[in-house]
Amino acid sequence: MNLISVLPEILILAIGILILIVEPFWKPEDRHGLGWLTAGGLVLTALVSLLFGRPSAPELVWGGMLRFDWLGFFFKMLFLFGGAATVLFLMGVEQINRRGEVYVLLLASLLGMNLMVSSANLVMLYLAIETTSIPLYVLAGFLRTDDKSTEAGFKYLLFGVMASAVMLYGFSLLVGFSGTTDMYAMVEALRRSGLPLFSVIGVILLLLVGFGFKVAAVPFHFWAPDVYEGAPTPIAGFLSTASKAAAFVVLLRVFLVLFPLEAVQWSLVLAILAALTMTLGNLLALAQKNIKRLLAYSSIAHAGYVLIGVAAISTESGEFFAFSISSVAFYLLVYLVTNLLAFGVVITYYRVVGSDDIPAYNGLSWRHPWLALALLAALLSLAGMPPFGGFIAKVVIFAAAIKVGLIWLAVVGVLNSIVGLYYYLIVLKHVYLYRNEALEGQPLPIPGPYAIALVVLALGVLLLGTVFGPWFSLAEGAAAAFF
Amino acid sequence: MNFPVLSLIVFTPMVAAVLILLMPAEKRNETRALALAAATFALLLSIWIYATYLIRGLSGYQFVEEYEWLPALGLKLIFGVDGMSAPLVLLTGIVMFTGVLISWGIDDPHTPTGIQERPREFFAFLFILASGVFGVFASLDLFMLFFFYEIAVFPMYLLIVIWGWVVTREYAAMKLTLYLFIGSVISLVGALAMYFQSGMNTFDMRLLEQANFPTEFQIFWFLPVFLGFAVLGGIWPFHNWSPDGHVAAPTAVSMFHAGVLMKLGAFAALRVGIMLLPEGAKYWSWLIMTLAAIGVVYGAYIAFVQTDFKYMVGFSSVSHMGLVMLGFSTLTREGLLGSGIQMFSHGVMTALFFAVVGMVYDRAHTREIPELEGMHKVMPFASIGFIIGGLVSMGMPGFSGFVAEFPIFMGVWKTQWFVAVITSISIVITAGYIMRNVRMVFFGEIPEKFHGHLPPLTFMDELAIVFLCLFMVGLGLFPSLMVPMVQTGVDHILNLLGGA
Repeated sequence: MNLISVLPEILILAIGILILIVEPFWKPEDRHGLGWLTAGGLVLTALVSLLFGRPSAPELVWGGMLRFDWLGFFFKMLFLFGGAATVLFLMGVEQINRRGEVYVLLLASLLGMNLMVSSANLVMLYLAIETTSIPLYVLAGFLRTDDKSTEAGFKYLLFGVMASAVMLYGFSLLVGFSGTTDMYAMVEALRRSGLPLFSVIGVILLLLVGFGFKVAAVPFHFWAPDVYEGAPTPIAGFLSTASKAAAFVVLLRVFLVLFPLEAVQWSLVLAILAALTMTLGNLLALAQKNIKRLLAYSSIAHAGYVLIGVAAISTESGEFFAFSISSVAFYLLVYLVTNLLAFGVVITYYRVVGSDDIPAYNGLSWRHPWLALALLAALLSLAGMPPFGGFIAKVVIFAAAIKVGLIWLAVVGVLNSIVGLYYYLIVLKHVYLYRNEALEGQPLPIPGPYAIALVVLALGVLLLGTVFGPWFSLAEGAAAAFF
Repeated sequence: MNFPVLSLIVFTPMVAAVLILLMPAEKRNETRALALAAATFALLLSIWIYATYLIRGLSGYQFVEEYEWLPALGLKLIFGVDGMSAPLVLLTGIVMFTGVLISWGIDDPHTPTGIQERPREFFAFLFILASGVFGVFASLDLFMLFFFYEIAVFPMYLLIVIWGWVVTREYAAMKLTLYLFIGSVISLVGALAMYFQSGMNTFDMRLLEQANFPTEFQIFWFLPVFLGFAVLGGIWPFHNWSPDGHVAAPTAVSMFHAGVLMKLGAFAALRVGIMLLPEGAKYWSWLIMTLAAIGVVYGAYIAFVQTDFKYMVGFSSVSHMGLVMLGFSTLTREGLLGSGIQMFSHGVMTALFFAVVGMVYDRAHTREIPELEGMHKVMPFASIGFIIGGLVSMGMPGFSGFVAEFPIFMGVWKTQWFVAVITSISIVITAGYIMRNVRMVFFGEIPEKFHGHLPPLTFMDELAIVFLCLFMVGLGLFPSLMVPMVQTGVDHILNLLGGA
């Protein structure tokens, strides 16, 4: 049973080792196959885990280090999917697609994420977070000849380490107050210790700094645009989706497990954070001229939307709502697929055109109508328009807020989605209206791996938005595993 | 379960859009033919639905289909029409069909008419829009209504921004999209509040109608819900997007826009606002009546002073949609009946107006009324069509406009007689600007500069005009083709209002 619970992790590790073994034996020009091997391996991992590694009732395994439940499993599958798509996108980036260590680093980070979402012990959790982050620092700065990439890697490292340290300080306070590292045993211990309100608030703030950094919530968001802009674009896409989703799951788990404690209205704190994050992210996105920076600010805004759902989990009465958790899980699912699609189009287009400026997108719809359509789907889904996934995701998030009486927050979210629509439409205007006669006749080749990833992601965005019954029940299953 | 005719009609344009996108870009005429075939199919289906409803003398929700969508939240796909929405489904079929005809045009390098630039994408987006419109009219589920409502809104942006009038298209398209999006999301918040308030875990409007929300709840949420939709219905003072949007849009899109989309707003405001929150409607009816009355007179007056042909038609739409809202606000049998018919009548009429304006502009390259003259000699069909449309617009007996406007004024008279007096001024103003335009644009001598430059109408154009006129005259001469049907819808609404 213990082994089954870490089946995905074992398989990921196996792929990594396999890559390291075969790489020296393959000629450099054949090393393209490394990407296929990784992506295929990840898909296979997901399939095998779905067949044999499904959790039943939630249980603590590995001496209480991990919790084997649907919540973790749901997100593990999501990360495997996102990881496979990212690998496919990495295969077209000339400087790095033949280097085995890129794939190994990505796999290590995936491994960390998988452990993050199932950790039940603070020590394990911290280890998992670092396992996720350290490879990502390296990956963000992987293009050594590119100053921007190096800068991105270094910036991400400095801010990340700082946030980690603050978070670790919060953890140590928790352990000190309660005398245990087991998250599920901690509540009782804290209750017994009669902790003063002041120190609870202090701990919450310290943890919020750490998680706020990982999800790029205001006011800990400022690293995101620079890092996304400088990092290799597939990595930026990965950072803005899988890494963010993992941090949200940890946020959910830690707060839900630790703070059924009375007297702290952390729902209100999170609601204010959500409102600030959406508003600032959207307003700053308005001014962007570079599509990666635009997507970075938009992803900050989306962290704000998710925080609406998190804030709606608990009301003043301290009651938890499974519906809010499902809405968060579902939003993260839709957001991951959608944002990967958006980044995918940016990667594909950059590979040919060599520019990420929004005006460079002029004439795209003449040059390649299908790629333009994929971007349309991604951006409208981000804006929350049907028949794409973003619509239903936004509806359930707002519904969660209205259900617990946070109507003001839902209204702020609604107003924000209007601002969002505005800047997404500006990009589409460049794609569909403005022309670039010089480039329009030229071909726009899309490499095989890109085509596969784009088609799968685009279908995903459409399916999530039309046949949402089964997906939402998965999210509900994940939410139910909390209790 | 019957033959699923409503889901067929909703998804026909959607499937057609995908097929059209798969056509090679250079096969332009084949693309158009495919579009026309799909539009004809949808038209036939809508006529079939309408005729069945009428001939069998049905009432209540008919052709109902139910599919599970998201059981956890009680979301369902529920298709169904009643006496209010069946005429609107027919209207959508008509406008879709004529819109495709009008957009065919001639590919003349000097005076291209219709849509010659990227027809493939144009028809694809237009059909996605049509699918959304059909979906709203045919939905009995509140969530599904929003789903299709948003689908109807966003293609508008691309349709205007790509194929619109170069001068104002970027501004107008953005303005329109943001206005409509703001309106709809505000209504959405209200709809979610209703969902949780009812506690029935369903968005089924047939059940929510019976939910008996507390009066304070209804009074609080009625305005956001009603006005959110009424933005698309062009209610004053939120009408601002509409003339700009109409003018900037290409002809077929203006037809859709003024002809069908504004009804979408009015219809949703009726179905969600008035029918689900009847107490709120009673409480706020004075406000809706005031806004509508201002819109009626103001729209007519602004239309009167326009020198741009298309702006004139655009503001006349504001005025006529004001009449629809005015009829709603009376909450009486006459007013609601008139509004129901006015939605259809105005849809056909304004589609015809915009079609004629488009034909004139495509040929003369100007819409300034003082510069146009003698168009009757070049395009007699357009001129006769415009005159018939004008008579409808003035509410002349024998045309559909009379059948619609007369009951509205009766209803208003019963409720607030002085509002009826004030708003009837709009009829005079309307007659003024219509007749002035007929004289200035269509009669007189053709100016020197137009000699030999004005190609005649194509067969497709003439067919579209004749087709639209047929409905306006037919309904005017035989009101019984529609009145009993709308009557059944009105009866149901009056029931919900407590038999007022």
